[in-house]
Amino acid sequence: MKKFVLKRLLWMIPTVLGVCILTFTIMYFAPGDPASIILGTTATDAQLEELRESMGLNQPYLIRLGSYLSQVFLHFDFGTSYTTGVSVVSELMERLPRTLFLGVLSIVVSVVLGIPIGIYAATHQNKASDYISMTIALLGSAIPGFWFALVLVLIFSYRLNWFPAYGIGGISYWILPIVSNSFMAVGLQARQARSSMLEVIHSDYIVMAKAKGVQQRDVIYKHALPNALIPMITTAGSQFANSLAGGLLVEKIFSIPGVGNYLVNAVNNRDYPVVQGSIIILAISFSIIMLLTDLVMAAVDPNIKSQFAGSSKRKKK
Amino acid sequence: MDSNEKKFLSVHNLTIDYVTYEETVHAVRDVSFDLEKGKTLALVGETGAGKTTIARAILRVLPEPPAKVISGQVYLNDKELFGISEKEMCKVRGNDITMIFQDPMTALNPVMRVGDQIAEVLLLHGKTTKEEARAHAMEMLEQVGISGDRYDDYPNQFSGGMKQRVVIAIALACNPDLLLADEPTTALDVTIQAQVLRLIRNLVKNRNASMLLITHDLGVVAQTCDDVAIIYAGQIVEKGSKEDIFDRHCHPYTIGLLGAIPRIDTRVHRLATIKGLPPDPTLLPKGCGFCPRCPYAEKICEEKAPELMEVEPGHFCRWQRKIAGE
Repeated sequence: MKKFVLKRLLWMIPTVLGVCILTFTIMYFAPGDPASIILGTTATDAQLEELRESMGLNQPYLIRLGSYLSQVFLHFDFGTSYTTGVSVVSELMERLPRTLFLGVLSIVVSVVLGIPIGIYAATHQNKASDYISMTIALLGSAIPGFWFALVLVLIFSYRLNWFPAYGIGGISYWILPIVSNSFMAVGLQARQARSSMLEVIHSDYIVMAKAKGVQQRDVIYKHALPNALIPMITTAGSQFANSLAGGLLVEKIFSIPGVGNYLVNAVNNRDYPVVQGSIIILAISFSIIMLLTDLVMAAVDPNIKSQFAGSSKRKKK
Repeated sequence: MDSNEKKFLSVHNLTIDYVTYEETVHAVRDVSFDLEKGKTLALVGETGAGKTTIARAILRVLPEPPAKVISGQVYLNDKELFGISEKEMCKVRGNDITMIFQDPMTALNPVMRVGDQIAEVLLLHGKTTKEEARAHAMEMLEQVGISGDRYDDYPNQFSGGMKQRVVIAIALACNPDLLLADEPTTALDVTIQAQVLRLIRNLVKNRNASMLLITHDLGVVAQTCDDVAIIYAGQIVEKGSKEDIFDRHCHPYTIGLLGAIPRIDTRVHRLATIKGLPPDPTLLPKGCGFCPRCPYAEKICEEKAPELMEVEPGHFCRWQRKIAGE
């Protein structure tokens, strides 16, 4: 198991390298000139040229890429922001907890709400309660998060004045962002939970559990749920990616100073170091979440565990 | 119901449909049989004849809906099983009546330790402590020929034959009075089949349990059973003792079934079969269900469904000619 975790961590290096090269290349070819953004419209051509030269923007693609990669991988230095002059790493470290807090809490909400809704619908299949909960889940997975966020602000901040509309602070500041960011995940999770529960409920070992004299309640929670959890965990893991991506817009709407907000502003300003640094940090967090998802799956499903454990454990027995 | 006082298991007029939006499948039609303590009854029939449905109905584990019990009663030691509450039924399942499933590959919970699956049934019915249940489960594993140290393994670490042994261990852990064995050897290799069958037979015999063996293997029936009921399109077409069925059978379907067994001492180009297919269970013929395939069919067979009648003491047959007294 340790060997597996180590192997997966080592695999993150080529993943991050790939992300690095890709974002660098996209930003290189994207139109827009950081020098003219920094100096504004009043700058002369000579001033612009001088700044470009000092920033190294006139170097060829491969040299710039090489120096960027060595800077990131050998010194863990993402450079400084073009617009503010602040170190990207320190800025990211300050912002990342907020983004992760939003992402993780959205996933927690989607699991805590979505899975019970799905189980309830599956155990009441084809009854009115099943149709109602699945209609809500369908709405959840169909409504875009940013639109839902705007509607929530309109109702709960502007009209009712229950929650603040933007900024960070106490828990009340986080409620609307988390609700809007997790709404879609709740819907998808509920639908996944329902379908995987239904699949499991009709399998032989569930009939077998009933035939052993297990009460209906325990059949569902002790026998069916642990089996149905496996696809639900996969969904939760991949929802985390969506939640980070959706979080970018939600952070923007609620003016949360997280990585997303930082990234969106940096893209507008052609602030290359910030864009690249933010994306790399998001890629690393995502890889770690995926690793955790796989570890949780291994803990739940002995089939997957035996694949991870490899031959060493089997020999011991 | 004076007559079932001595009967151990008695099934009366069981009729089960599977009802969906589009159609109704008549899976089991008016099936009645009795089983004495310590005896083994075989339910023999083709795939889709309704054998498994009968067994699952006795245990009340049919998926409802779509399954629907239209009529019938099941008496176990004079207790009517369809009338009791679900809670009471849970005490019967796994304790008085247990079941061995057809496919061992899917019958075990893949995320639960094998030993725990045996111990669970002991804890549910035995009122034992966890340690005792564990010890007993290990003992059960040993009894079916699996080392007790494999208690903590998961089903994916077992072969098909071993899984079926575990299923048997679960079924016999609480010393049931009645074992419903639903094609226990169908999914296994021929070499393993004999072993598993011997194991079941010995365990059942030692505990003086009764067994309802569902199979389409007449060789297994000859080896294992006391009584036989032949099922066709959801109905019993012939039932009697093993000797009645093998030596003095009278229904054309039974004749066809026994005729289809290949013999080792004769050379044939093509194996004998019964022509045609079983009738569509959603659209059963008005008359006798076997009529379209029957070599003896007459006009009356198309119009009137024959009744089950006693041709000699304890031997019943559902055939028009017998009824007509030929």
